[in-house]
Amino acid sequence: MNVLAIFKREVRTYFTSPIAYALLTIFAVICGFMFTSILAQFQRASFQSAMNPAMAQGMNATEWVVRPLLRNVAVILLFLMPIVTMRLFAEERKTGTLELLFTFPIRDVELLAGKFLAALAIFLVMLALPLVNILMLAGLGPLEWPAIGVAFAGLMLLGMTFLAIGLFCSALTENQIVAAVLTFGAALLFWIIDWSADGAGGTLGQVLSHLSIIRHFDSFQRGVIESKDLIFYLNFTIFGLFLTMRAVESHRWKG
Amino acid sequence: MIEVENLTRFYGPTAAIQDVSFRVDQGQIVGFLGPNGAGKTTTLRILSGYLPATSGTARVAGFDVFKESLAVRRRLGYLPENVPLYPEMRVRTYLDFVAEVKGVPRQERQRRVAAAMERCRVDDVANHLIGSLSRGYRQRVGIAQAILHDPEVILLDEPTVGLDPKQIIEIRQLITELAGQRTVILSTHILPEVEMVCQRVIIINQGKIVAVDTPENLKAKIRTSARVLLQVDGPAVAVRDHLERVPGVLRVEERPERADGRIRYLVECAPDRDLRRDLAAVVVRQGWGLSELRPADVMLEEVFIRLVTEESPHEQPAGQEGEP
Ligand SMILES: Nc1ncnc2c1ncn2[C@@H]1O[C@H](COP(=O)(O)OP(=O)(O)OP(=O)(O)O)[C@@H](O)[C@H]1O
Ligand SMILES: [Mg+2]
Repeated sequence: MNVLAIFKREVRTYFTSPIAYALLTIFAVICGFMFTSILAQFQRASFQSAMNPAMAQGMNATEWVVRPLLRNVAVILLFLMPIVTMRLFAEERKTGTLELLFTFPIRDVELLAGKFLAALAIFLVMLALPLVNILMLAGLGPLEWPAIGVAFAGLMLLGMTFLAIGLFCSALTENQIVAAVLTFGAALLFWIIDWSADGAGGTLGQVLSHLSIIRHFDSFQRGVIESKDLIFYLNFTIFGLFLTMRAVESHRWKG
Repeated sequence: MIEVENLTRFYGPTAAIQDVSFRVDQGQIVGFLGPNGAGKTTTLRILSGYLPATSGTARVAGFDVFKESLAVRRRLGYLPENVPLYPEMRVRTYLDFVAEVKGVPRQERQRRVAAAMERCRVDDVANHLIGSLSRGYRQRVGIAQAILHDPEVILLDEPTVGLDPKQIIEIRQLITELAGQRTVILSTHILPEVEMVCQRVIIINQGKIVAVDTPENLKAKIRTSARVLLQVDGPAVAVRDHLERVPGVLRVEERPERADGRIRYLVECAPDRDLRRDLAAVVVRQGWGLSELRPADVMLEEVFIRLVTEESPHEQPAGQEGEP
């Protein structure tokens, strides 16, 4: 299978270069640090609540530790995901290997799918790191696993939008750094785009607030799957990949 | 096997190639010859399915390179100009990857990779990182990659550029071996290469085809007058004078030899006359020593320069040694 061949090569490349290791290490350290800080806060709070029965209600670990942790993970992803995707097209354009790939009997869609799935695989490995933290928490008390699962699904969907933006930016340039900067800039813009919603007001305001990639994460974070949020993420990803296809094709035209 | 008709490709307002048409039959090795910027790479890129043409059609193995791109790409191996490979991969892993992308069935993959490596003589570096290979070896890995799926058509863009003379000979040999059933187009700006390897030459200049023929025919076309090279030990002015007076001689040119300080004379004779006997007789009669007398072959190089500089074929190209 063509897609599989591309996928395997990309995943192997992540791990033959130091990128994947650096990425995973940084991500693990930051997640661990956030987890311990949040946990310490939680423990202080629950100690106080033991004195004050009125506050004790709603003091559970899912609410107080997992949710804030995953919210923060989303923010770290904003910074780290550009590094996952920056290489994918930019480097092959620079070295000229893309020209050769284009003459192999493989459709552009298959090439894109292979690269996207490889990046997704690395991203899923990253997501396993905060999961390890949460598993440590499981020893301390009961957790709401279904809600946590939903939150992780939300993170995955959010990450897919980052991947789509990143692939598109990587297809635009030969320079990996430029690709990463563009990705970060675009993702950040889509993150905060709803700030302008109040000022714009009316339909435009609604559209702008609907476009915010983090706002759609709220429901997932609460442990609820809302179809409009799910559809938003999927649409965003598919549209991004579609634009990437166009960018790749136009590169062919320019030669 | 390859049919190109009126192919034109613009980059912005400038045409890289214009109205290019040619045909290549199955089993031929064809040399695509032209100076820098002539449009060789552009043409090969279009044939490979990488670059769309602005207008015109190209068919490879009976399939249109634009409309049936996948079918063409299945039957074609391509080595781009600067041999783009993945430096972080090992040779065998890389070839395995290429075989998989090219759709070689799993059972056959290992055998095909091994065969291609043996053929291109890269089996001794099978487990080396591509980035650590010498230029010559990388070139061979590039060719191995092109022939992996046993394509009917092979396009090689300047396969010997940047190699040392020994490696050049080896790569040329490899290309000759590749032919047979396969059709090969190789681009180059090295003339002897075309003479040695190719059955036909397509000369392209400034995006236009200038000539298509066998190397021999091209040379013959230019050889409108027979030329003889003599080396005479005698006073230069007198020698020249006597030679010029031989009936049938059009002109005599002195060629001082750098190495031994002796003078050679390039004698241009009227077409279809062999004056070697008469020339020798004149020299002997004067009592001079005749140390060399041979026909001066026309080099393809001269043909090439004449064609691309659009000189009239009767003029003598300046500064060209008329030696075979
Ligand atoms: N991507 C591009 N953008 C703009 N112009 C280009 C591009 N690629 C090639 N050209 C132009 O098209 C013309 C033909 O280039 P091409 O690379 O086909 O020549 P070539 O015969 O392969 O030369 P060389 O022997 O140097 O490899 C040149 O004038 C070149 O400047
Ligand atoms: Mg070229």
